[in-house]
Amino acid sequence: MKEVFILSEVREGRIHSVTFELLNWGRNLANKLKSDLTALVLGNNLEDQLEEIIFYGADKVEFFKNKELEIFNVENYSKVLIPFIKEREPEIILASATTQGRTLMPYLAGKLKTGLTADCTNLDIEEETGLLLQTRPAIGGNVLATIKTPKHKPQMATVRPKSKKPLPKDERRRGEINIHHINMEFNSRIKRLDLKKREEDISLSEAEIIISGGKGLKNSQNFSILFEIAHILNGAVGASRSAVDMGWIGYSHQIGLSGKTVNPKVYIAVGISGAVQHLAGMINSEYIIAINKDPDAPIFQVADLGIVGDALETLSILKKKIYERKKGNV
Amino acid sequence: MRIVILIKQVPATDKVKIDEKTGTMKREEVDAVINPLDLYAIEAGLQVKEKIKEDSEIIVISMGPPKATEVIKEAISMGCDRGYLLSDKAFAGADTWATSYTLSSFIKKLENFSIIFTGEKATDGETGQVGPSISAQLDLPILTYVSKIIDIGKDYIIVEREIEEGTEIVKSTIPCVISVIKAISEPRLPTLRGKLKAREIDIPIITLKDLGLSENDVGLSGSPTRVVKIFYPKISRHGLKIKEKNLEKAVDIIINFLEERGII
Repeated sequence: MKEVFILSEVREGRIHSVTFELLNWGRNLANKLKSDLTALVLGNNLEDQLEEIIFYGADKVEFFKNKELEIFNVENYSKVLIPFIKEREPEIILASATTQGRTLMPYLAGKLKTGLTADCTNLDIEEETGLLLQTRPAIGGNVLATIKTPKHKPQMATVRPKSKKPLPKDERRRGEINIHHINMEFNSRIKRLDLKKREEDISLSEAEIIISGGKGLKNSQNFSILFEIAHILNGAVGASRSAVDMGWIGYSHQIGLSGKTVNPKVYIAVGISGAVQHLAGMINSEYIIAINKDPDAPIFQVADLGIVGDALETLSILKKKIYERKKGNV
Repeated sequence: MRIVILIKQVPATDKVKIDEKTGTMKREEVDAVINPLDLYAIEAGLQVKEKIKEDSEIIVISMGPPKATEVIKEAISMGCDRGYLLSDKAFAGADTWATSYTLSSFIKKLENFSIIFTGEKATDGETGQVGPSISAQLDLPILTYVSKIIDIGKDYIIVEREIEEGTEIVKSTIPCVISVIKAISEPRLPTLRGKLKAREIDIPIITLKDLGLSENDVGLSGSPTRVVKIFYPKISRHGLKIKEKNLEKAVDIIINFLEERGII
């Protein structure tokens, strides 16, 4: 039986939600290849969380258990994974483009001498060949490139966190769970001495409404209008790369290929032209509203509602009207 | 000991021409600059050199067309000691695996190297894969997303890494590969002395023959991946585009849109 592997991600002893997103990506490919979808999990005391992985779409879970695997260590992980990958010869391996995935995947690909495509925004199977078609923004994010690994196996790819929602949880799904008790000397040359924890920044990833600004906002003061509107709407503020590069707003607000990927209910792009680089981070929003004075701006092609007009003027009217509406409701 | 810094020359603009036959960039036709994120790798290397007491030198290595010697000279003007350019027609079109393979083959020939620094990623390809791939191919420990160097000794280094959960403090043996992020500290500017040195210095060109590699293992022919299509996205929602002179009315349409969908 052919297999598609996904590498689960464990943080602080919990299977992280990016794992469930990967299962949706992997399920689609496994169906097209008529193959099994197998999730690899490394850690220690995770037994009670493994069934979840089946509920979210896996056919098999392979759990590698050892105290040394409790926290991510690229050397320990690959020591376990490389022999297993060589033995099972999966067609495809997917991981999330997190700091773990972006460290482990190129390391594995380097050892396995195979191709790896980073930050894919679309994955598909080529009908004639059964090969993985990996699409990602390229060349500074202005165009899309489709990449294949024609002669090497496994075909490896990372996908952006949040670029796909998990499948609905199905508690009737059944699958195979195998526990591998790992007995080996790891002797890693890398050792974690400490972790100063930080709350995960969830405001952008959890917000139902995001209002983002770009070059059209002209300066940093004007971003405060976005924050005011976001505050009234209980939303969050995003930005394009140009706005962040200009220093108008911090990097943690950047949306796009080199920033965060978001999928809110409504995304309002103000004064953002819509380079592929930016679209890569917000295209999966449920509704997109664009405000831009250039009628030919590419952002309008992806918008459900587009307003051709000056960003700042429109914003100040929007702010006024939202305030009025709010007062009217009280 | 020797500190190695890997840098890349990238196009100065986003408007790059594509060779439609191979799907690779036509690099010779645009102005090129040092990958901005590599400046942080250079800064980290210089800081380590200053911290350690024993004699050390910084070697800058790049792979690219002959004019990439310019970015190596820029690194030297910032304080690096010398550099090499891996350049050969056979290296063209390399993906991250083939690039890492070629660079690793050269690094292996350098004796007594301690730390290999890279930037987080290049601003053109934006993969960030070369650092970890080189560490795998050279069988060295890899520390990614490094934001601070805390301590360095004869055979170890302690650094901070920025990961999703927070700041991780990690110790690794040396030699190792380290990819740094912007937080490492602002890169210094070139000095006059550095600029003079850069003007004088000879940057040896290393070819396929010098490395003793097979043509089949480098460049496009040694790359496991192939770009099969480059295209401008046709993502369209066929939404409503309103050219309304009266922006008050336009904003009312936005508010209605949000109300109808239960957002406000």
